[in-house]
Amino acid sequence: MKPPRNRFALLAEFGVLLALIAEMAIFSALSPYFFTSENILNVSLQTSIIAIIAAGMTFVILTAGIDLSVGSVVAFTGVIATALLQLDLPFAAAITLAVVAGVGIGALSGAVAGLLITKVNITPFIVTLALMTIWRGAAFLFTDGRPVWDLPEEFSSIAGARVLGVPVPTIVMLAVFAAGYVVLTRTPFGRYVYAVGGNREAARLAGIRTDRVIIGVYVLCGFLAAVSGILLASRLNSGQPNSGLMYELDVIAAVVVGGTSLFGGRGSIVGTFVGAMLIGVLRNGLNLLNVSSYLQMIFVGAVILLAVALDRFR
Amino acid sequence: MLPLLEMRSVRKQYPGVLALDDVHFDVNPGEVHCLLGENGAGKSTLMKILAGALPADSGTILLEGTEVTIDSPIAAQALGIGMIYQDFKLVPELSAAENIMLGHEPRSTGGWFLDRGETRMKAASVLKELGEDIPMNVPVRTLSMAHRQFVEIAKALSRDVKVLILDEPSVSLTSVELKNLFEAVRKLKAFGVGVIYISHRLGEIFEIGDRITVLRDGKKVATMSVNAAREPELIRLMVGRELSGEYPRQRQGAGGELLRLENVSGGIVRGVDLALSKGEVLGLGGLAGAGRTELARIIFGADPLEGGRILFDGKEIRPMSPRDAIDLGIGYLSQDRNTEGLLLQMSVKENITLSSLTAITKGFFIDKKLEADACDRFVTQLSIKTPDGDRAVEELSGGNRQKVVLARWLLTNSRVLIFDEPTAGIDVGVKFEIYSLIDTLAAGGMGVVVISSDLPELLGISDRVAVMSGGRITGVLARGEATQETVMEMAMGESEPR
Repeated sequence: MKPPRNRFALLAEFGVLLALIAEMAIFSALSPYFFTSENILNVSLQTSIIAIIAAGMTFVILTAGIDLSVGSVVAFTGVIATALLQLDLPFAAAITLAVVAGVGIGALSGAVAGLLITKVNITPFIVTLALMTIWRGAAFLFTDGRPVWDLPEEFSSIAGARVLGVPVPTIVMLAVFAAGYVVLTRTPFGRYVYAVGGNREAARLAGIRTDRVIIGVYVLCGFLAAVSGILLASRLNSGQPNSGLMYELDVIAAVVVGGTSLFGGRGSIVGTFVGAMLIGVLRNGLNLLNVSSYLQMIFVGAVILLAVALDRFR
Repeated sequence: MLPLLEMRSVRKQYPGVLALDDVHFDVNPGEVHCLLGENGAGKSTLMKILAGALPADSGTILLEGTEVTIDSPIAAQALGIGMIYQDFKLVPELSAAENIMLGHEPRSTGGWFLDRGETRMKAASVLKELGEDIPMNVPVRTLSMAHRQFVEIAKALSRDVKVLILDEPSVSLTSVELKNLFEAVRKLKAFGVGVIYISHRLGEIFEIGDRITVLRDGKKVATMSVNAAREPELIRLMVGRELSGEYPRQRQGAGGELLRLENVSGGIVRGVDLALSKGEVLGLGGLAGAGRTELARIIFGADPLEGGRILFDGKEIRPMSPRDAIDLGIGYLSQDRNTEGLLLQMSVKENITLSSLTAITKGFFIDKKLEADACDRFVTQLSIKTPDGDRAVEELSGGNRQKVVLARWLLTNSRVLIFDEPTAGIDVGVKFEIYSLIDTLAAGGMGVVVISSDLPELLGISDRVAVMSGGRITGVLARGEATQETVMEMAMGESEPR
């Protein structure tokens, strides 16, 4: 029933899924605490910030693009949102303003990237590399390099709250992936994303307004980076100008491990979810086993290579 | 005389298909042996085995009477067997000279550095042998298709090639360029090279070939001298059934005017006046680079209209993008289906509906049932050969891919369709199906423009033929007065590019 694109993607997901199951089995054997509902929820909470951005990044990479600015967008939207919370407003008004401004900045950053890529014809790598530096600098400049403290108590309770025992960031993550899946597989926009990534000129000659599709994916990615930025600020209960450092690499790793091609046109958001979880579970498991953080970095790198290599030889 | 090359009892099994079944094939020195057959007949498989790109399951290859083992392209090259693929294997950023000498570059200073002067000289002398003058110091990506082909031939010749395989060399060439190619092939013959020539165009084979071998479904069905061959016989051997050489014609005659171009300019296109009526097939002839594709792209909104007016149904239109043109009812089947027409990794269904998604979307979502229905309808109507609509288009043959593109434009309710080289690289049998579809569309009231470099095809399917040269229309001929000679004359008339 499924077209081959999805068939291959499913195979890839299947491979990564097997890797994830194997990984979980190993950690369950090594640590009695690993396979408890509390720890699983903990993993999902820790992974949610990266995974939410990775959902947006999947769209970008499917169009054969890349967005290196997401980590800096996380920091900049975090400091702006927290700074707005310091205004002398009732909390409901302040949080609304903070969220709207935060995601607005994220979406705007994506729009700028998309416009530069499509109308000025600069490659996505360069455009978002520049934006990465600009937003990071802006975050430091705005805060003078100091974290934004003294926030209303209610703010930290957003990311700290649980609904039916499930942390709010986990719920946001699941909702984002569910929506992303539906958009990619069921809507014209999703179909256009695959078409533009498969062959931009052929897509244009088929009547697809390719510039809009490309701008759209960067807006979406910036928007989701901002959502993550606000959630992260809430978890840290502060706006940190150096937060989100190197997130772009973790995010891209999750997408690629999930089987999406950096050349565009092939891949799936379900794969990205599994890819993010694979890396998240690894970090969590190694922590439980008291593996040093230095060694962890080496493990994570090795697993990324292994997962992608397995994907090649399947 | 001992054959230069002999392939004996070659067999190749693919999963589910016997691609080559006990095939014999030989080439004499200084001979052009043409290999004929529909797509999937086994020509490419046989030649890939010879060029070392595929292993055979069984069979032997003899070169100058000695059995040889060809287990890699390098081994084939070392034996003097060269293959020029349809999509050339040149390095785009290197010059013609550098490409010709690639892999055996002259060195200087004890072999540490490239000797550029010597490279150019050697390459120039090879090209001179071929009698071609090609710019040597610019990247080959800037050269015309014809020039690139000569670079490929020179590259093979610079390696003392004994057997040269040309895979559909004429696909991207104009008639004049083809003449030059034939000259080069004759020179190769004079050097004693055995040439294997693969083509769908019978006219070429009669002009350049010495012997013909026909393959069908992996079997050799005949080998004969060109002098003894006749066209209907060859077609029958290829397809296994008689095909009428007639062009289908059930349409009645043209209706009212549909599209009018007034003084249209843009890019290399200059001051084009042209009209197209309902139910008419208008042929657009000319040499490659005459501006035909460019004109089509302007009408389709893919390239900007810089001057003049386009009238559609008597109203002025100004398509700023392909989307605008599609919404007006104009469709364009580009020359290169694979890179400009189709999304190869997407399914047949997705390719058909790609330009009409908004029409089959309810709320936010694509209606899966409407989509499947649209796909099934056209798969049946155009008899697209695919196991199901979810198959990736890259698994389909050239003719079926073309039908998928056509289905896309039928689904958008196109009223004007522009076909750019509609049968390039398509089997003889499917070609006539395409002609028949074009005729049926015109009979249904559509206005059809066909750009073609294949003169018999152009004259056969068109009601009128407009000829372009140097970005201008140099003449419009009615069906009765258009002959290959008059069209060629007009095509070369004002060939000075502006």
